[in-house]
Amino acid sequence: MATQSAPIFDTDELVINMGPQHPSTHGVLRLVLKLDGERVVDCDTVMGYVHRGIEKLSENRDWTQIILLTDRMDYVAAATNNLGYCETVEKLLEVEVPRRARYIRTILAELQRIGSHCLWLGTHAMDIGAMTVLLYAFRERELVLDLFEEYCGARLTYNSMRIGGLPLDIPSGWDRKVREFCDVMEGKLPEYEELLTNNRIWLERTRGVGVISARDAIGLGLCGPPLRGSGVYRDVRKDEPYAAYDEFDFEIPLGTRGDTYDRYLIRLEEFRQSIRIIRQALDGLPEGPIMGKVPRLLKPKAGETYHAIESPKGELGYFIVSDGRATNPYRFRVRPPSFCNLQGLKPLIVGHLVADVVCLIGTIDIVLGEVDR
Amino acid sequence: MLDTFIIPLLKIVVLLNAILISVTFMVLMERKVIAWAQSRLGPMRVGPYGVLQAIVDPIKLILKEDITPVKADKMLFSLAPILSLVPALVAFAVVPFGGDELFYVADINVGLLFFLSVTSIGVYGIILAGWASNSKYPLLASLRASAQLISYEIAVTMTLVSLILTAGTLSMVGIVEAQLTDGVWYGFVQPVAFVLVLIGGLAETNRVPFDLPEAETELTGGFHTEYSGMRFSLFFLAEYANIIVISAVTAILFFGGWLRPFPNVEALAFLDLIPGWIWLFSKIFLFLYLFMWIRATLPRYRYDQLMRIGWKLLIPIALANIVVTGIVKVLV
Repeated sequence: MATQSAPIFDTDELVINMGPQHPSTHGVLRLVLKLDGERVVDCDTVMGYVHRGIEKLSENRDWTQIILLTDRMDYVAAATNNLGYCETVEKLLEVEVPRRARYIRTILAELQRIGSHCLWLGTHAMDIGAMTVLLYAFRERELVLDLFEEYCGARLTYNSMRIGGLPLDIPSGWDRKVREFCDVMEGKLPEYEELLTNNRIWLERTRGVGVISARDAIGLGLCGPPLRGSGVYRDVRKDEPYAAYDEFDFEIPLGTRGDTYDRYLIRLEEFRQSIRIIRQALDGLPEGPIMGKVPRLLKPKAGETYHAIESPKGELGYFIVSDGRATNPYRFRVRPPSFCNLQGLKPLIVGHLVADVVCLIGTIDIVLGEVDR
Repeated sequence: MLDTFIIPLLKIVVLLNAILISVTFMVLMERKVIAWAQSRLGPMRVGPYGVLQAIVDPIKLILKEDITPVKADKMLFSLAPILSLVPALVAFAVVPFGGDELFYVADINVGLLFFLSVTSIGVYGIILAGWASNSKYPLLASLRASAQLISYEIAVTMTLVSLILTAGTLSMVGIVEAQLTDGVWYGFVQPVAFVLVLIGGLAETNRVPFDLPEAETELTGGFHTEYSGMRFSLFFLAEYANIIVISAVTAILFFGGWLRPFPNVEALAFLDLIPGWIWLFSKIFLFLYLFMWIRATLPRYRYDQLMRIGWKLLIPIALANIVVTGIVKVLV
């Protein structure tokens, strides 16, 4: 008689390759999954398929030319990338940015957050099978893109900021359109919630899936909604205010359980807080110049600086070294939130089922353009 | 000769053509319904409001290159789509579209049993498709499919036992006539059974929220990942034919088939002016629309949750329903 512990049949792990061409790895992410039945026992994250060497390229470009390279990192939230870079160089140059420019930058950054979260919500829901949400969220994202198009002419890669301020003042009537958009967006949020928030299937698919404790989240260096979902109060907008965030009143939503559902709720609340910030910024929009006093030839003093902002995906930091002689950075390095959050993917995935893998890729909200740069 | 061969053959030819044509238009309907649910227009280019899309789609699929992967098991790979389509079409043999003999191919006294057994053969097509593709994603999907279809079939069959108890017959025509004699649609007598069959029907036809075997976003298309061209469209034909047959059977068993609403109320007798098959078709359309509506609304269940619902929820309720029906039948 066979002993109880010996398996009757040979068991073997199934190694399955998810990506780089897979409908829900959100780009060219490749996961090598080891499966025991449908359960994931190990996961290997392979990336680098869209590495374009943006950091190295930047070291050979003019300070102003780099702005449009930053567009290409997180192409879902290009304006936030511009903002982070410009502020870092301004810090290096010790340039004062006019208040009006800072206000408009804040509006653009928050509009961008709404646009980026729309894309996240749509694709995340699509991965779990709710395809109508995708179309609804894209309908609203379209409005954000229209606003950006009216402001700077581009819909995806905006190149919308300059070192020391902004290239353009807002077109006349634009503020009214932004206000209208805020009203529309506020009306559409309940539609998303009706489809998902109390949906039993959605709850079953997201509650208790991909739980990560606050300690682990900090240990893995997570940032943005995945970190706040575990209940850690960390938002660069509050902790180290930039642009004009210190002048506005808004809240940082926090999760309690650290699961996929909490991260979903947090991002939905961030929609509302963004709308709140945009409205305050439009109400208090000061008059004045949009460009600070910037020298014609940008040649920052020798030194290094790190500056972080809260991109829709988390803490986006730029580390720039200037040697004081050249018109280009000596060293340019980005701390991309997507890359850091991708670290959390393996601990989240292991032990879950194949179906949860796509749900968890969605919940950390990565953009591969930013992961690989 | 005429009665035994030619007339049944003619009926079969007409029926098969009707099914295949209605499937192509159903795909169009699905695209349109879902598009409207998602505030889109859907196909608009071919013909007025995209009506001709129903003809263009199959033509495109037929013209596509038919690829057999090198490592696939050639025989099983070709057999699988056929094996999944044929049972779906055969099941129509016992579906009566009206009370008259003209409207059904066969009225066998175990019609319901025939329907259940024939439709369960369809799962072999899916298992073989996944197995013969010799590829990992289809394999996973076909494992899911077999587990899902078998467990939901048990639930549906058990539920139908309580309906058989109520009707006292297994013949499809007999069940509708029993509803006429009892003067009520069985959907109102057996509401629990109706809901269970509807859920089970969704699961058996691999529709959202139970579309795990072809979960596009997880398994990149599921069991038909490696299929293309006509073979791929055979799977689609089978899926949609299954949806139609499930809708038709649900309408016949629970919504009085070709009977008008409230068949016992004399005051509504004028409704009989509308032919029975129109009543049945509109009921089928209602169910088809419901299936599409659900697809546009709900996310997808996970594999373990699906099995839990099947075994821990549907089957116990079905069993309890049989017991209750039996007790009521004895007492009344």
